[in-house]
Amino acid sequence: MSVKKIIVIGNGMVGYKFCEKLVANGGAKAFAVTVFGEEKRPAYDRVQLTQYFSGKTADDLTLAGPEWYRDHGIELRLGDRVAAIDRAARTLTSQSGAILAYDTLVLATGSAPFVPTVPGVDKQGIFVYRTLDDLDGIIAYAKNAKRATVIGGGLLGLEAAKAVYDLGLETHVVEFAQRLMPRQIDEPGSAILVEKIQALGVRVHLNKSTKEIAGNGHIEGLIFADGSRLDTDLLVISAGIRPRDELAKACGLETGPRGGIIVNDCMQTSDPDILCIGEAALHKGIIYGLVAPGYEMAEVAANTLMGGEKRFIAGDLSAKLKLMGVDVANFGDAFGETQGARTVVYRNDKAGVYKRLTLSPFGDFVMGGMLVGDASEYGSLIQFMKNRTTLPPNPEDLILGPRGDSKQVGSLSPIFLPDTAQICTCNNVSKGEIVKAVRDGVCEIGPLKNCTKAGTGCGGCLPMVADILKGVLESEGKTVSDHLCQHFGYSRQELFEIARIKRIQSYAELLASHGKGKGCEICKPAVASILASLWNDMILEHQGEQDTNDRYLANIQQGGTYSIVPRVPGGEISPEKLIVLGQVARQFDLYCKITGAQRIDLFGARVEQLPDIWEILVKAGFESGHAYGKALRTVKSCVGSTWCRFGVQDSTSFAIRIEERYRGLRAPHKLKSACSGCVRECAEAQSKDFGLVATEKGWNLYVCGNGGAKPQHAELLASDLDEETCIKYIDRFLMYYIRTADRLTRTATWFNKLEGGIEKLRKVIIDDSLGLCAEMEKQMQGLVDTYKCEWKEVVENPELRKRFRHFLNSEESDETLAWARERDQKRPANWHPELAAEAAAIAEATRTTEP
Amino acid sequence: MTVPTSEKTLVWKRAVRTVDVPAESGGTVLLDGRQFAVFHFRNPDAWYACQNQCPHKGDMVIGRGLIGDDKGEPKVACPQHKKTFSLVSGKNLGGEAYCLDTYPVKIEDGYVFIGIAEA
Repeated sequence: MSVKKIIVIGNGMVGYKFCEKLVANGGAKAFAVTVFGEEKRPAYDRVQLTQYFSGKTADDLTLAGPEWYRDHGIELRLGDRVAAIDRAARTLTSQSGAILAYDTLVLATGSAPFVPTVPGVDKQGIFVYRTLDDLDGIIAYAKNAKRATVIGGGLLGLEAAKAVYDLGLETHVVEFAQRLMPRQIDEPGSAILVEKIQALGVRVHLNKSTKEIAGNGHIEGLIFADGSRLDTDLLVISAGIRPRDELAKACGLETGPRGGIIVNDCMQTSDPDILCIGEAALHKGIIYGLVAPGYEMAEVAANTLMGGEKRFIAGDLSAKLKLMGVDVANFGDAFGETQGARTVVYRNDKAGVYKRLTLSPFGDFVMGGMLVGDASEYGSLIQFMKNRTTLPPNPEDLILGPRGDSKQVGSLSPIFLPDTAQICTCNNVSKGEIVKAVRDGVCEIGPLKNCTKAGTGCGGCLPMVADILKGVLESEGKTVSDHLCQHFGYSRQELFEIARIKRIQSYAELLASHGKGKGCEICKPAVASILASLWNDMILEHQGEQDTNDRYLANIQQGGTYSIVPRVPGGEISPEKLIVLGQVARQFDLYCKITGAQRIDLFGARVEQLPDIWEILVKAGFESGHAYGKALRTVKSCVGSTWCRFGVQDSTSFAIRIEERYRGLRAPHKLKSACSGCVRECAEAQSKDFGLVATEKGWNLYVCGNGGAKPQHAELLASDLDEETCIKYIDRFLMYYIRTADRLTRTATWFNKLEGGIEKLRKVIIDDSLGLCAEMEKQMQGLVDTYKCEWKEVVENPELRKRFRHFLNSEESDETLAWARERDQKRPANWHPELAAEAAAIAEATRTTEP
Repeated sequence: MTVPTSEKTLVWKRAVRTVDVPAESGGTVLLDGRQFAVFHFRNPDAWYACQNQCPHKGDMVIGRGLIGDDKGEPKVACPQHKKTFSLVSGKNLGGEAYCLDTYPVKIEDGYVFIGIAEA
């Protein structure tokens, strides 16, 4: 018996999802599957297309590489378009001339942008916004353009506008209707959206019908029906989509009067051996232009082929989007079109927020709504709608949140939802599935995502998934496990105490006595850090447990090369040392950048170059800056009273003293510090893990501040301290943090979880309430006394130097590293999609010219 | 077309001296211009080989990854973004689609040999 042949026409997101579902349900093994894609690349994430302009590469957007198809026995024919289907002979012919027989066809042909027939629409500089090739065209043309216009103020139009805006062009959006996103939001909602977008500098032109495109060969401007004109160098047309049903029409399949291939609930077309899914399918008179219903169709089609019973029920058109940084959501009966429906509206022009809810005629449940400017309640509202949950007494609480008594548990918490509630719309995961996984022992968000797939699509449901996880654990009297990982049933703090009291010196020893298995990338570096904090051994004695940065004493960067940050205590550096840095950078062709912490970072060193570079640096008096370690980075300073006419203390000298005291200190996470010479705080000490600000009488000591992703103002621990007391308190503070914090927890996060807050910290550190201070000071002094520069040791030790090479069996370098030049310095090649394409083209040209 | 494995012959390539591979760790080897990652677990001894290129971003760095196990399954974590892969099957343990190619390993005369299927 011959294997049934399935041919999928179209390799977009939905076409790929179909393959994925067919792999999952065994269909890919049971059938011979061939996929045609007219683009040269395998399916990519069109929803995230704008991210191509903000740094993501074509590879990043790829849903699965060619190897995925190969590994699952799926033949992928890219760059070839199917030209005709012969239903009688059950064959198809591709543009390249291939004739293939099929048993079942799956049309996933998608849609094409609709381009209105305006005179002049064939001029140069006019684009649509659909494929990566379109985007490459826009990027290339934008180089010689100043002003870009997008026709179409819908979802795709605004995404296209964001894209050209990100390219640095003056951006205009032209919409035929009286408002933006006319299908999703009403006029007051649009007004908020327009105002927010215009605040970015994008000009919005509503109520404009384009009559003609002006220009001589290339576009120069738009002429509107009202006689006005808008000059522009580049135009993106985003005036809607049209289903790609031309193949279906040509072979006589039934199509809708306005296009689209008619399908039943099993996704079969008028020919039961031909299925259709995605934007080309017309189901009960509706074309679904969103990815979620497309995915559902893919699942149903894969199920149909395996003889399953799944049916496609009217898809969900709800969507939460971020357009030019503005949240916009629309769900259910957003415009209140249901007979007798009631409306609740909240509008705040000052904050730029508009929320509108449609309630059922008796006001007992939510039927739909729209949110502009703040869509944080979207996930919960949609659950209220789908589950017809009875509304709270004041339905406005749903969009305003509980007011007054803030401790009241929000009625919006997903805990109150029924188990059937769909939490992840992208992957159709119910609350019940998530609850079950948690009850079966999945107690962390990462594994929970992996096992349920919830939150792995757009990620919008992740806060709800986290709330459900927390809620279920709490209901079972559990808290989120603080165990380090599956290999140690202890928290970091417990392991620290075990290692300290039992004087455990190695990871292997601790694993054998208190752990199980072979360890992993979580516990190995965490234990290595504990051992370093306790015994201060040379880091490379524990090489097998160190993460790559500590293993090579440098920071791994794009492409797998390393960067080097020599210590520059307090940010003070002599001309001689500056010259050495310049010479080293020139000799090894390293990219130079001043860091945020008053140091100089040298990028692009190959692993085998590191010892040679450091040999020169050590000779010139430099030491490791520990930028690679979970260790003290820098103590940033201002020039203080030495130079500054406002300075009251010598902040530079004190910064250097502190930096030299704690250099090399390993901690649960990196440590940053700063020291300011007066209250003007130029060194920004109050945003550091510990910081000092000079007063007339001495120093104010701040702790547990943070910059980065979640800035937090430091807390004042003590005022007007002399230098010796400062150091005593910092010793105790750092040691207490190192002993008690969880892995990879900065001081700010550690502090936020510390019961008793700053009062408790003062008691432990100043009043010695735990009786630990003498021991902690001694421990710190031990670490200070045993400090050695790791790089000096490596440079002087031929055996250690040997570890710094790319290959174990060859002295050669990694030849795959490629460089480009930018602003007179080198940088990794292929970091931008344009350049990746360029490099690929060069590689291709070289290959074809070779004999 | 990919040639089915049965039609290929496994060629054993001498890769590196066992003493040159750090234990409970690993490294990168160069064989006929191709890069492979080799890892060595101890107690009991076990050796693994896989592609050196991380399938996530394409960097040649897997040989510098930390090794360990996930519920008994030997694994490696890419040093760049901590994507983890089975050293037995090459499967992506984070559930993403991309995987590693793994290769059979044998130890003879103090050398690590990697088995590569050739058509």
